[in-house]
Amino acid sequence: MVDERTGRSMEKPEHISEQYDQELDSIRSQVLAMGGIVEDQIRDAALALLDSNTLLADGVVEADIQVNTMEVQIDHACTQLIARRQPTARDLRLVVSILKTITDLERIGDEAEKIAKLSYELARLEPPATRFIEIKHLSGHVRSMLHNALNAFARMDAQAALKIIAEDKEVDREYDAVMRQLMTIMMEDPRSIRRVLNTMWSARALERIGDHAKNICEYIVYSVHGTDIRHIGFEQKQRYARALEGQTTEAPDAETSTDHPPEET
Amino acid sequence: MRSKTDIQPGEAKNTTPVSVAVPRPPTAAQNQTERRDTPVCLEVKNLNLYYGDKQALHDINMQIPERKVTAFIGPSGCGKSTLLRCFNRMNDLVDGVRIEGHILLDGADIHAPSVDVASLRRHVGMVFQKPNPFPKSIYENVAYGLRLKGPQPRRELDERVERALKSAALWDEVKDRLDDSAMGLSGGQQQRLVIARAVAVEPSVILLDEPASALDPISTLKIEELIYELKADYTILIVTHNMQQAARVSDYTAFMYLGELVEFDNTDQLFTNPRHKQTEDYITGRYG
Repeated sequence: MVDERTGRSMEKPEHISEQYDQELDSIRSQVLAMGGIVEDQIRDAALALLDSNTLLADGVVEADIQVNTMEVQIDHACTQLIARRQPTARDLRLVVSILKTITDLERIGDEAEKIAKLSYELARLEPPATRFIEIKHLSGHVRSMLHNALNAFARMDAQAALKIIAEDKEVDREYDAVMRQLMTIMMEDPRSIRRVLNTMWSARALERIGDHAKNICEYIVYSVHGTDIRHIGFEQKQRYARALEGQTTEAPDAETSTDHPPEET
Repeated sequence: MRSKTDIQPGEAKNTTPVSVAVPRPPTAAQNQTERRDTPVCLEVKNLNLYYGDKQALHDINMQIPERKVTAFIGPSGCGKSTLLRCFNRMNDLVDGVRIEGHILLDGADIHAPSVDVASLRRHVGMVFQKPNPFPKSIYENVAYGLRLKGPQPRRELDERVERALKSAALWDEVKDRLDDSAMGLSGGQQQRLVIARAVAVEPSVILLDEPASALDPISTLKIEELIYELKADYTILIVTHNMQQAARVSDYTAFMYLGELVEFDNTDQLFTNPRHKQTEDYITGRYG
């Protein structure tokens, strides 16, 4: 649809200031680039661990420096944009969401680095008979969560974001199963404790990555609908998602729940 | 109380239920108490205004809370100044104007035949874009409105002038030269003097039409600070082209477009998550 008066697109109108659009676009693509690096970090960290490949682990540690630099750069670009443009409404929500998203991306990078460092030590130990299969599944799962979260961010797709948020429960369940399994191994073979502990910490790092990916999705929902769905409990988020599917124009209010304890984030 | 003001006699019959735009709280939980507890100062009901054949305002309905700052924003020609001028019947002075509907000030219709327009304007003061002090002394500018009420003891007049100048945050700058010409003041000082003149007659409402657009940034901030202080005693309505200014000074914001009231909401809400796409496009700078 085109506005008859202005001749502009009504679906996705641009700012009167083209420069402003360019600045926002540039920040958005920097976030996606940073997300891409972080995604590779998860993949490489998991592979380093599974294949005892210390070269890949080196790459993950190196990439973290780049991720940190990008966090600082995007932060700076956002501060500049706020100072110069005084964004409002959805622009403001986008900038706020980006500032928070990059913090979570940077933390994901740190978790990946943690796994890479653990992989150095695991490489020196005898590999388990299971070949870290549990880590393979978990890492695949959280990596796809992050990948989808970044896609949802690129498209500003709140519905997709809500689906990814629901997936975090799966990751948590998977993590619990891994924990139980690893504890059994420790009980069966006390000599494996050192190796298993390192594996546990890796699994823990992956589970945290899932949490960060979920956070990013919550920021997407805020950015699109202006509703803050953090800390409202899983059930309420599900209700919100269902309500959102029923109507596309206006999002329902998500009220802060008192009957659910705040979720760990 | 947010309840509707009492309907005037003779008006009840043809009153149809209308959707009245009242400010919405930022979130479902926040601010609700405050909104309920804020009394309505001005109520606009089904207001239509025509300049000759051209309709400038379309069916405006709104309730303006008492002792709060309400900002009107919108592109040029959207009718925000026209609406502002309705509140003290300044449009009566324009040829060919026809007004339909009602504006209630504290429940009383300002267009009722019994209303004395001069007295209405004492209750609803106005300040314009360009400072317009009289070519008289600073003292006389402020005392002018007071003298209209008839002769008053000099001491009482002195006190009221001082009070008005203090509430307009100008006293300290002019107290030693009250007899100097007002024309010698800077633009920002002149504008505060004009506000002091409006405040001196103790109105209940102050209308500000672009009060800071001709001023430098520091004077602008002084006016904004003054608006914040004045809202303790007055209901303030401000028309501004400067959206950041609306965001800074107002409690509620009304967005108007092509003579219609598109959205009227808490300022916090309107600038972070407006309900209407038109509002969003305007405040984010996506409108021509």
